[in-house]
Amino acid sequence: MTVAFDEMTNADGSIRSAYAALARWLSDVPPDVLDFRRREAEFIFRRIGITFAVYGDSDAQERLIPFDIIPRILTGGEWSRLSKGLEQRTKALNLYIKDVYSKRDILKAGIVPEDLVYQNPVFRPEMNGQKVPHDLYVHIAGIDVVRVDADTFYVLEDNARTPSGVSYMLENREIMMRLFPELFAENRVAPVENYTDELLATLKSLAPTTATSDPNVVVLTPGIYNSAYYEHSFLADKLGVELVEGRDLFIKNDIVFMRTTEGPKRVDVIYRRLDDDFLDPLAFRPDSALGVPGLMSAYNAGNVTLTNAVGTGVADDKAVYSYMPEIIRFYLGEEPLLKNVPTWRCREPEHLKYVLDHLHELVVKEVHGSGGYGMLIGPRADKAQIELFRNKLKQDPTNFIAQPTLALSTCPTFVEEGIAPRHVDLRPFVLTGSDRVRIVPGGLTRVALQAGSLVVNSSQGGGTKDTWVLDE
Amino acid sequence: MLSRTADNLYWLARYMERADCLARILDVTQRLAQLPTAYGGSTNEWRSALLTAGCADLFKQVHGDETNEQNVVSFLAFAPENPSSIRNCFEIARTNARSVRTALTMEMWETINSAWLELKRYSTKSMTREELARFLSFVKETSLRFDGAAYRTMLRNDAFWFSRVGMYVERADNTARILDVKYHVLLPDTEHVGGPLDYFQWASILRSVSALTSFHWVYRQSVKPWLVADLLILNAQMPRSLTSCYQNITRYLDDIAAYYGRQGSAQRIARTTLTRLGNSRMDDIFQTGLHEFIDGFVVENNRLGATVTDQYLL
Repeated sequence: MTVAFDEMTNADGSIRSAYAALARWLSDVPPDVLDFRRREAEFIFRRIGITFAVYGDSDAQERLIPFDIIPRILTGGEWSRLSKGLEQRTKALNLYIKDVYSKRDILKAGIVPEDLVYQNPVFRPEMNGQKVPHDLYVHIAGIDVVRVDADTFYVLEDNARTPSGVSYMLENREIMMRLFPELFAENRVAPVENYTDELLATLKSLAPTTATSDPNVVVLTPGIYNSAYYEHSFLADKLGVELVEGRDLFIKNDIVFMRTTEGPKRVDVIYRRLDDDFLDPLAFRPDSALGVPGLMSAYNAGNVTLTNAVGTGVADDKAVYSYMPEIIRFYLGEEPLLKNVPTWRCREPEHLKYVLDHLHELVVKEVHGSGGYGMLIGPRADKAQIELFRNKLKQDPTNFIAQPTLALSTCPTFVEEGIAPRHVDLRPFVLTGSDRVRIVPGGLTRVALQAGSLVVNSSQGGGTKDTWVLDE
Repeated sequence: MLSRTADNLYWLARYMERADCLARILDVTQRLAQLPTAYGGSTNEWRSALLTAGCADLFKQVHGDETNEQNVVSFLAFAPENPSSIRNCFEIARTNARSVRTALTMEMWETINSAWLELKRYSTKSMTREELARFLSFVKETSLRFDGAAYRTMLRNDAFWFSRVGMYVERADNTARILDVKYHVLLPDTEHVGGPLDYFQWASILRSVSALTSFHWVYRQSVKPWLVADLLILNAQMPRSLTSCYQNITRYLDDIAAYYGRQGSAQRIARTTLTRLGNSRMDDIFQTGLHEFIDGFVVENNRLGATVTDQYLL
């Protein structure tokens, strides 16, 4: 593999400008001070209870995501290019989903194959011809981006359902400001703390037309056993809205109400952190105890906004991903500002042949996989793993895509042996309201803590960093 | 606010108060059990602790008739099979707190969460008396911190009022039970009122509600049963007395009613009980029987709890 691009240090050993102040500081500060602050950060995280659950791991019912105290830094210029690309991409996602559930121009034009929509398990026939408030579907998107050199960002994945992680973006910043005030004095870092205000403005702008001028917004959580429960309660708290569970809501005459100490109160916008499948036992999984019976009927009647809309999964699996550049051109008539990682769709015979011949150099992913599970990293895999995937691919090629192993950029990271480069990615959050698109400068940087590892997922031992966008 | 949130706050406060009460019961029992027999020490202290905590029946199902320091301490403090053990109180309190984090202030949450983390450090198996003492003071400090955090940081709205109502309903129940059990179980029939045994027993009741010093300040005489009962039932100055609890319950329920612009049976029941306490005199209570009086009170208190649930928490 080629040597990865390091965001702080150039190949010749010189320091990139964004990191100048940080590099000076790092060389001055003794390692034991760093270690002390790291422990302090961990202590604070645990006491506040910023934990997540790992499914299938009973010992670690509530684990901390490791937090790396060295920030990841982007210049204002880099960010402004990035955010234009993110806005463009999210616009296209919204237009695509609307089209898929209404006129289907893009299918008729033969740009996206029909079976990719109709055979897709997350395609919701219930949404066909269904009008949603303001024609918007993906109100909160998490677009995963990686970097390979000074100029090039790739989109790795679009998360158009219920992207999580934004609480870490906000808490990481809080903790960094508490632990390293001297760093913030030297660097002009654009704030992210207004995210929840922007989110509330976005959610209110999405209220159905039948709502009052001050719509009632709630956050819907599956409950305290969900892995992202902390984030749900954090967001409700910062938004100043109720955190409800399915049992707190009921439907009467196609209107959603919540049970309060003063009797029923109407609900207009539901920021749901619950998958489509569980939303309404009458419409989807009948065994769901987490949802609200009749919710889809109220939704269809136009009396409530669900964010994100039902059925957005058709836009974010890895097979659809490979068509994103065409999707952007089709709806916006523009060239994509952010690149896609070149992707082989194993559903196409010539692509499959190429993939099977080059397994040892490719990353193979399940179309609907997430969390870093069920993937093959060719260059890191042994013979048996490769053969296993060869068989899987032959049996069910449509379930897989393959990509070259990218040399993800690295950032200095505080690990056992001191400060060392580790691979990172970035998840910025894009908010789409009926009035405009809002993106706070930054996002969640995830870092693979093991040397050489490319897997940044928290369920696989990845950590997080504070992400700085410098105000220039 | 959401009914479920109000319910969680109400029970969160009740469980924190209950943990505190259990810690006090254990503390005092240990103290009494160490006294020489002539001064009131006896073998049934641990059994009486179970009665006061209201879990004698459950204990019998698990351990049989044998009561001793070790099995009672572990049952009241740690046993997973005792739903009201201190550990379970903290577990339930934290689960409730997690589901209503948005309604708690950071200080309240941190108190509960760090207590819950700290709890893991205490093992039930090999606890020396010294460790037990440390554990009990940790429990008491936790509820002091929680109470203080709530009082100092919460907005004065329905969230605060529901949690206060929960705390005082639980506290009234605990005070009533401590008084009842001590009076009927501890005092042997043959013992003369005013004897040394009597003195230490009644002093222990005061100690369990941390009111021994207050007693002397209020009555300026030696400890006597009817004065202890007066202090814990009728004296409004005493923050754990039934009267004081009901003054608070009435006040907070009235706050809720005013805020929502409507009142119901909970407010009426609370006011009736408060009026009855206000019209009672100690002589009459002793004449009709302290036990009967307390029994009637506990029933009314439970009825209030059920009514609050019906009216607001479902």
